[in-house]
Amino acid sequence: MSELEHVLVLAGGLSPEREVSLRSGARLRDALREAGVEADIADADAGLIPAITADPPSAVFPAIHGASGEDGSIQEVLTLLGVPYVGAPPDACRFAFDKPVAKAIARSAGLVTPPSVTLPRETFHDLGASAVLDRIMATLGLPLFVKPARGGSALGAARVSRAEDLPAAMIGCFAYGDTALIEQCVPGTEIAVGVVDLGSGPEALPTVEIHPLAGSYDYAARYTPGETEFHVPARLSPADAKEAANAAVTAHCALGLRDLSRTDLIVWDGKVFFLEVNVAPGLTETSTLPMALEAAGRSLGTVCRDLLSQAAARGT
Amino acid sequence: MLNEPARPSRVSHGGQEAPALAEATAAERAASSHGSLVDAHAGRYAARARGMVASEIRALFAVAARPEIVSLAGGMPYITALPLDAVGDMAGQLVAQHGAVALQYGSGQGDPALREGICEVMALEGIHAHPDDVVVTVGSQQALDLITRIFVDPGDVILAEGPSYVGALGTFASYQARVVHVPMDEDGLIPEALDECIARLASQSQRVKFLYTVPSFHNPAGVTLSAERRAKVLRICQRAGLLVVEDNPYGLLGFDSEPQRALRADDPHGVVYLGSFSKTIAPGLRVGWAVAPAGIRDKLVLAAEAAVLCHSSLAQLVIGEYLASQPWREQIKVFRELYRERRDTMLETLSAVMPEGCRWTRPAGGFYVWLRLPPGLDSKSMLPRAISSRVAYVPGTGFYGDGGGADHLRLSYCFPEPARIREGVRRLAEVVGAETEICATFGGMPRTGALGGASPADLTGPAGGAIRQ
Repeated sequence: MSELEHVLVLAGGLSPEREVSLRSGARLRDALREAGVEADIADADAGLIPAITADPPSAVFPAIHGASGEDGSIQEVLTLLGVPYVGAPPDACRFAFDKPVAKAIARSAGLVTPPSVTLPRETFHDLGASAVLDRIMATLGLPLFVKPARGGSALGAARVSRAEDLPAAMIGCFAYGDTALIEQCVPGTEIAVGVVDLGSGPEALPTVEIHPLAGSYDYAARYTPGETEFHVPARLSPADAKEAANAAVTAHCALGLRDLSRTDLIVWDGKVFFLEVNVAPGLTETSTLPMALEAAGRSLGTVCRDLLSQAAARGT
Repeated sequence: MLNEPARPSRVSHGGQEAPALAEATAAERAASSHGSLVDAHAGRYAARARGMVASEIRALFAVAARPEIVSLAGGMPYITALPLDAVGDMAGQLVAQHGAVALQYGSGQGDPALREGICEVMALEGIHAHPDDVVVTVGSQQALDLITRIFVDPGDVILAEGPSYVGALGTFASYQARVVHVPMDEDGLIPEALDECIARLASQSQRVKFLYTVPSFHNPAGVTLSAERRAKVLRICQRAGLLVVEDNPYGLLGFDSEPQRALRADDPHGVVYLGSFSKTIAPGLRVGWAVAPAGIRDKLVLAAEAAVLCHSSLAQLVIGEYLASQPWREQIKVFRELYRERRDTMLETLSAVMPEGCRWTRPAGGFYVWLRLPPGLDSKSMLPRAISSRVAYVPGTGFYGDGGGADHLRLSYCFPEPARIREGVRRLAEVVGAETEICATFGGMPRTGALGGASPADLTGPAGGAIRQ
């Protein structure tokens, strides 16, 4: 552990998750200050490099969600600047942020993930959307989950239960990115499992069960208090709870992640399905990671302070 | 490090030992699990708060406010064109010399001297009103709120142009009104359609409370109700005994002619007129007004007192002094020239770069161009692509209370400098081109509105602050 003089929380960015990130960042800064750390917020804009160069912080906590914050870009820049930061190194971020790649790595580590198809828009254009979509539905069945291969907060994502709704979902998805992940919709209990590594190896936090009251964990359900019911720990059998915790730690390790992560899973019929992993998990009042920390009897501020100290001691 | 003692938790009240994070005691934890909605008051909100939820569209507008994005979404007046030094000196002197009044409570109806000034402003549009008929409000937005509050019960019908001002639709929704849209063309509201609509609703025994209209330089449509149609619309409403709410924030910002005669000028008993200094002076002062027949006026004053007790005395005195001592008519000319140049830039660039199949209005004043996308495109579902391409607009669905408008979008030219307008429109053209390709790929397949549209509620409030006017 290293003494922290001054730390920077990175929040904002230009992705559609900017607003969420600003809320995460503000909450983290306040929590760090409560934990006795001198913390400020900086946006990832043209002022960032001059500010860090003029007054290098002891360490940086990236809380930028979506592209640039989670795809390894900001981590690459921080590495270039020689500034220690919390979280996974650039390569691991790149793998984790790309959902199809993360699924493949999780699968090769022995995890189960829902059957899916990943295709760029050119394929639909060149081969004919109708033929491709028909084949996808014949193979994966309905309902399906359509989501951008890269991105978060369910932006551009849609659950499709009727064939005639699929084209609109594809158009909505491609507005967020050029590659779509079309995944079989697995029914079951949706859970999020945070993983924290404070030097003695990655450990899973209590599972958080997500029960959106309107049925779908979309953007409104994620960020409107009162729209989703959370259970911490999740109402799972001991065996399922243990398997979910193990799955999150396995994904964290297989993807080469560091410090902290959050893995989204579905538990159904005694099986745990890996959906995706986040390297800069949301820290808003409706985000699951702070809930899990609280349930574990830990404060967001002290855990993040310790992660920053660890990063400072590690260097770049 | 994970060995801190367990604390009571707001979420789970689980009280489990921290070291047992993943292993063992899962059964204990499951048994002790309590659901949390995060908001302890969920379930107690009024029905009218049902639509007040986080939205993707608002998230996108949080990005649009960044300088890297050319925002053609916001309807912010170009305040830097004001003589800010002179206004600053004036406000300073007001406090120094009249602070005991400027910083004190005032009357619910508004400062009498300001109400006289307001009558002078309205005279430019042919309105001859007495200061006693004027009720000062917190922007004309509050006038809209008050007029809806005193007239509308849940389920009542309000007629409005289709499209209509997003901030009005938000207010109407908060009082649980049902908005019925009446179509427009390039000459504004279509009188025959209005007549037919009133008859249809009457045959269904619907309670229609008023017609809400923005007759000049419409937001978002950019069109203006012709003089001939103004008379027809008034006749139709008089015959039906229907109150007209005339919202006219842009009336003095015409580029090519003298201000149009207001509807209120020809029917003082059947029209409530809403005015605003937000576009002609400054929106930050939040001063607007309503002019209403005596019975309505009295209720508006009582409703205003219930809502805010009184308005900002300081803001009212600043506006009053500005009207009395500054060349405000000349300043409006400055604004008009500035906005005319920007409109020209936008229209020229649209003509030069927009793909086939787009159509747009040619506003003779005000702030907005209303653009129709090529068939099959949806402005809401296209917005993320636009934001990624660093340009923002407002999806058309925000301007309808019934889910319509997906094939349109609103562009504003009032705030960005001409060079930024050109760049923004170029970026938009590329976005429309790319989206057209995607839609062609998935075209010919049945489309449904599976994803829904941006509702007025998505576009009002803090995130919509920059886009609502």
